[in-house]
Amino acid sequence: MFADTPITLRPDMAPDSRFPAIRTVGIDGFLVSFAEVQDERANRAALAFRSALERESWPGVEECATSLVSTFLRFDLGACDHASLRARLVQLLSSRNWFDAPLPEGRRLWRVPAVFGSDNGPQLTEAATLAGQTPEEAVTTICAQPLRVQTIGFAPGQPYLGQLPPEWDIPRQAKLSPHVPEGALVVAIRQLIVFSVGTPTGWRHIGQTGLRLFRPELDDPFLLRPGDEVLFTRAPEDALDRLRADPDGGAVAEAL
Amino acid sequence: MTRAISILRATPGVSVQDQGRPGYLAQGLSRGGAADLLALAEGAALLDQPKNCAALELTGGAVTLTASDDMRLALTGAEMRAILDGAPLVWNASHTLPEGALLEITPMRGGFGYLHIGGGLEPPPVMGARSAHLAASLGQPVQAGDTIAVGADRGHRVGLCLPEGQAGNILRLVASLQTAVFGQDALARLEATSFTKDARGNRMGQRLVPDGAGFATASGLSILSETIVPGDVQVTGDGTPYVLLSECQTTGGYPRIGTVLPCDLHKLLRAGPGNRFRFRLVTLEEGVEAERSEALRRSALARTLQPLQRDPRDIPDLLRYQLVSGVTAGDDLEREAKSCVSI
Repeated sequence: MFADTPITLRPDMAPDSRFPAIRTVGIDGFLVSFAEVQDERANRAALAFRSALERESWPGVEECATSLVSTFLRFDLGACDHASLRARLVQLLSSRNWFDAPLPEGRRLWRVPAVFGSDNGPQLTEAATLAGQTPEEAVTTICAQPLRVQTIGFAPGQPYLGQLPPEWDIPRQAKLSPHVPEGALVVAIRQLIVFSVGTPTGWRHIGQTGLRLFRPELDDPFLLRPGDEVLFTRAPEDALDRLRADPDGGAVAEAL
Repeated sequence: MTRAISILRATPGVSVQDQGRPGYLAQGLSRGGAADLLALAEGAALLDQPKNCAALELTGGAVTLTASDDMRLALTGAEMRAILDGAPLVWNASHTLPEGALLEITPMRGGFGYLHIGGGLEPPPVMGARSAHLAASLGQPVQAGDTIAVGADRGHRVGLCLPEGQAGNILRLVASLQTAVFGQDALARLEATSFTKDARGNRMGQRLVPDGAGFATASGLSILSETIVPGDVQVTGDGTPYVLLSECQTTGGYPRIGTVLPCDLHKLLRAGPGNRFRFRLVTLEEGVEAERSEALRRSALARTLQPLQRDPRDIPDLLRYQLVSGVTAGDDLEREAKSCVSI
């Protein structure tokens, strides 16, 4: 009942014999996991497998999504059953090496100004300390290179960005912060998130952007897509109002 | 002139809800829509209209409104005080809403209650649905001064009520992605523990306070964020479980000890704070079976409706109704009608 079910693939198609694994989610979902922890190849595999599921459009499958290293599928219990769907998933998983999949097409690099520390990032020092760095070193590390949108989730249009160096493998807090605002930059387990709505969170709030990631009034309501890259640039503390006034939060995109 | 209801007064916790926006999980937008989908289906059955008609959801909020035309209404979900021009209305039933009459609905014991209008509420759809997704800042709560369009009503019947439901306090769980993380001892304790519904709860989730120790896990704070579905029981770092609801986040890293069967969620949603619940772990097979039979029951809800009062004018219709459903007419009616009006 609780066991993962690893799929036996040819060794050259699965670097870890425990993955991919198929598990059930709730009463009408499946999760195909490609790794246990965040992993570049597994992330690509999850994105590519979701694209494949969309192309297959099996009857009864209602939606597909990815998280960091897995692909989720929800189906109609009235139209199909777990056994037949699992068999189809195994067959599709065996059809190619998903870990070698390319990144999605149409990727963009976004340069995103952010304000770090003080009132706009009250947990910068705490997070930096957990990572063994000074706040200054932490900001330098975070702005050093582009981070990839590994998945969109939690809240609408909200990116999980990674991957930070290993010392940033810091846990979430045991108690939730009651509220961090839209555009907040938060950190945990080698990842950064920009929040698309104000929300309670267990992640540590280290900075603030002017991004509006979810714009329901537009034809394409979601600013970022999985595979996009985000390079944070350090903005002065008083820049936030100006950034927030810009429709794209001061962010500039170029094709990759 | 367009049919509409006018909101004279609304406290926080009133919003328009339908079946939500499935299909945006990949973009981080949860389905949203009515927290209690059974209540939505019950309202549709009472008014003999499609299940996707939008209704007003009240979560701790009160509302006062009038209608621009003669309309029909139905009340479902957590029982609340509904007063129409000074006269109380029976909950879980359909009634007439005359033009200009004053309808006041006030929560009593908490939970999610629903006001359905014949023809359905029709605020402009956004991204394929009319529901407000408050957690995503998509749409707004209902406020005083709002005028909400109402669709054409093809039905006529009022004065019907739902059979008395079986209140229950057992929430059945199937295993979730991190159930095994908690270990067999914790799972046994989970089933042996009573939980009290906390005052802290909203459309995203409901907190449940365990009698005794919580269910914290040492490894729980560093697991990878993973897909979430409504009904998931998320355990935050201090060991307190939250049952996630229709506006929940789409991914999350706090471990989930199980997933409440969708067909059991209404038990939690209709209860007020202070009510006590137990969890029971069931196999996936049991869970699927329960869901499938509930889906059948739900699709045949209309056949279970009963007359609200024994009004002679209703009898011809009623007999036809009962014969269609295969339920015997006759003196059953008297008994059912009595059980129906008792609040």
